[in-house]
Amino acid sequence: MCVTCGCGSDQNSVEGESMHSHEHRHADGTTHAHPHEHGQDQGHEHGHEHEHEHEHEDAHGHTHDAESGQWHQHGDGRWHRHDHGDAATAALGAAHAPGLAASRRVQIEQDILAKNDAIAAANRQRLADRGIFALNLVSSPGSGKTTLLVKTIEALHGRLQAAVIEGDQQTSRDADRIRATGAPAIQINTGKGCHLDADMVRRALDQLDPAEGSLLLVENVGNLVCPAAFDLGEAHKVVILSVTEGEDKPLKYPDMFHAADLLLINKTDLLPYVDFDVDAAIAYARRVRPGIEVMRVSATTGDGFEAWLAWLVRGVAAARARRDAGVEALRRRVAELEAALGRGA
Amino acid sequence: MHEMSLAEGMLQLVEDGARRNGAAGVKAVWLEIGALSQVEVDALRFCFDAVTRGSLAEGARLEIVTKAGRAWCMPCGTQVPLAQRGDACPQCGSHQLQVVQGDEMRVTEIEVV
Repeated sequence: MCVTCGCGSDQNSVEGESMHSHEHRHADGTTHAHPHEHGQDQGHEHGHEHEHEHEHEDAHGHTHDAESGQWHQHGDGRWHRHDHGDAATAALGAAHAPGLAASRRVQIEQDILAKNDAIAAANRQRLADRGIFALNLVSSPGSGKTTLLVKTIEALHGRLQAAVIEGDQQTSRDADRIRATGAPAIQINTGKGCHLDADMVRRALDQLDPAEGSLLLVENVGNLVCPAAFDLGEAHKVVILSVTEGEDKPLKYPDMFHAADLLLINKTDLLPYVDFDVDAAIAYARRVRPGIEVMRVSATTGDGFEAWLAWLVRGVAAARARRDAGVEALRRRVAELEAALGRGA
Repeated sequence: MHEMSLAEGMLQLVEDGARRNGAAGVKAVWLEIGALSQVEVDALRFCFDAVTRGSLAEGARLEIVTKAGRAWCMPCGTQVPLAQRGDACPQCGSHQLQVVQGDEMRVTEIEVV
């Protein structure tokens, strides 16, 4: 951290690295950031010069150096040099550079993920209309997701229909394993991508066309970071943590555990052989996601499966009930309209 | 590298906004990024430069406004600052926190010519 300006890298830090992001706080409380690099350990006792560009429309209290035009001093006494750009020039009027074409600022005010979220909402509606209970299964690679799915589908045989969307960077090996159970499966290869997005799932749904009132299991790319940000239209994210991993993963990857509604602690048959504190894992998960439901399972031995299968059956029953309630409401509305038409006739 | 997907999403919003306004180019893009959002800002800058090549927004500078994390602490019944998910309430030490600010990822404004 800079000893003078107090700025520090916000999210990532590499020990010994001198590059960092420098944040400015304006008078109205907003901040903006830009990266810069320090040379040797200079301790920021110098005037701290660097280039940046910013607008002058909001008051942030600095004065311009009449000599150079580009140098100015902030309220805290630090000096900066930057180009003003056309917008600022326009805002400052002819004092700077008269005659330049003025640029305009246009309000956008939209979430970066707006497009993904809109497609996810359409997926969710499509699944709801068909009474399908959809889950987005997320974990790091090697947590046993595919084995868990295979065993789950086998155990549900005759009770529930299940279909699977498999996400991996390469190969259709996982979808092949699912199809070997007799369940329909579609493989999405993300290529260089690190996560599934809502449009990939939309296209997979077109191909897969899961049955009405069924269970849809979407196995995301093994990655505890990126899939957390992308809504696919699922009812719940289910995060799987195996006991061969560290119990502190919920703290290391809080976004993913925060996004999930159910935590499956998998490979519990290996607990005698590994140093994994189940209670600590659950406590850590509940720090980042208070109230997260937790189940302990072993896909290999089937331990704990009854609770997991019962949860799935309840979810499908609720999805069907919601669809039926929707259909029933629609029927009543049609009957009302028909009655009104009859009265009018 | 989901920042590449985010950068593509940004470019779409920016280009749509520029076209709606009959702009010939985009000089700057203002983003509001929450401290608790899942964005690595340096990676996002890198990806934005990559995806904007050959677009209306080529060479546009990114201005990033950071929103601090804030949460509602249930035991305290008040809002408290939250530096990262998983942190405890600075007042009572509880983790019963509901984020109320800091997970934003928004394009707020663009500067067009």
